[in-house]
Amino acid sequence: MNGPHDLGGQMGFGPIAPDPAEPKFHADWERRALGITLAAGTMGAWNIDESRHTRESLHPALYYNASYYEIWIRALEKLLERHGFVSADEIEAGHKVWKGVVPKRVLKAGDVAETLARGGPCDRAVLTAPKFKPGDRVRTINEHPTGHTRLPRYARGKTGVVEAWREGYVFPDTNAHGNGENPQHVYTVTFEGRELWGKKSDPALTVSIDAWESYLEHV
Amino acid sequence: MGHDHSHDHDHDNELDPFAARVRALETILTQKGLIDPAAIDAIVDTYEHKVGPRNGARVVARAWCDPKFADWLKRDATEAIASLGYTGRQGEHMQAVFNTEDTHNLIVCTLCSCYPWTVLGVPPTWYKAPAFRSQAVIDPRGVLAEFGLKLPEATRIRVWDSTAELRYMVVPARPAETDGLGEDELARLVTRDSMIGTGLPLRPGSLDPRALWPVAGAPDALEPKP
Repeated sequence: MNGPHDLGGQMGFGPIAPDPAEPKFHADWERRALGITLAAGTMGAWNIDESRHTRESLHPALYYNASYYEIWIRALEKLLERHGFVSADEIEAGHKVWKGVVPKRVLKAGDVAETLARGGPCDRAVLTAPKFKPGDRVRTINEHPTGHTRLPRYARGKTGVVEAWREGYVFPDTNAHGNGENPQHVYTVTFEGRELWGKKSDPALTVSIDAWESYLEHV
Repeated sequence: MGHDHSHDHDHDNELDPFAARVRALETILTQKGLIDPAAIDAIVDTYEHKVGPRNGARVVARAWCDPKFADWLKRDATEAIASLGYTGRQGEHMQAVFNTEDTHNLIVCTLCSCYPWTVLGVPPTWYKAPAFRSQAVIDPRGVLAEFGLKLPEATRIRVWDSTAELRYMVVPARPAETDGLGEDELARLVTRDSMIGTGLPLRPGSLDPRALWPVAGAPDALEPKP
């Protein structure tokens, strides 16, 4: 979707203002927000793509005003509601009111290290041969789906070169919506700065994205 | 909420309405048996104290010292990094990108904040914020200047937008005058920002606040101030 999250090339957000002494967490609630979000994710009710889509579906005014962990928590509340674990009136009340759905699993403290070390690999076998090979010139599709996609707006309808074939990865555009993993080949595609940003672009700039096969056409 | 604590710190904690909201959510989830508060503590402890940019610094220093490891890292970063014990969430599929004399690499995720947690820890706020995510792909030279990094105009800038599940780390070039240094000493020169591409490694002998491996006895500048 063309949501507030799709930031590449937008302007006006001001300086980056890096702080070398920045603490890892600015407040204790950020620690809890990280922990709760990761733990709830291990219940297995939603995947990372649905989670990302829920965050990017927040209203733009909210998204741009929220700190990152605030975005996480607001999306987590929606995910918990959507999957029947927590209801809106419970969030309003601040305590349990209903029993709710029973999850497949609950992460225990003793399993944290192993669970985090395992992660969630998304490589899957793809039964078709790759359509593209390194060196191929390709054009990205120019489509504007209302659902989740990982093809950023600035890189749509652009011509680039396949630099590398990656493995088959779960396809986020369907996986985010409960429509299956449908793995596809993924390619690293490089674009010259001028192709993306016009003739005034830095001539020494190259930008790459990792593109699922259905995002690409032969030129 | 009690208001009897000292007022020497920022009010970003007990009195913040959003802190109350997160606490309420944790309470509901705990009451329903959906989370184990001790598991939350363990997750936080992992990312606060165990996983961080020192992992990445170790990878870079090894690559500087051992050409075979560097070659493995180029060919299969996931396996090479896993051989040092760094595996897991947001590091399942890794690619190491090497700076050269004529190319400088910069990592961003314009769509969210994809970041190689297993080698760099949790991302800094600026990495997740709109200013960096918007600008990095259209004006990376301007971004680098904000970080105090001025590259020659002829240096090619290669930006990697992490749009899939591949997580990138930059392997900066080994600084000059480091011939006599061992792996531990070299690791001290590798900063987090140099592995994102917004910085370069420190010079030998530097006691920069960005140092990830301060020398014994020196205060750890990356720890929050009391």
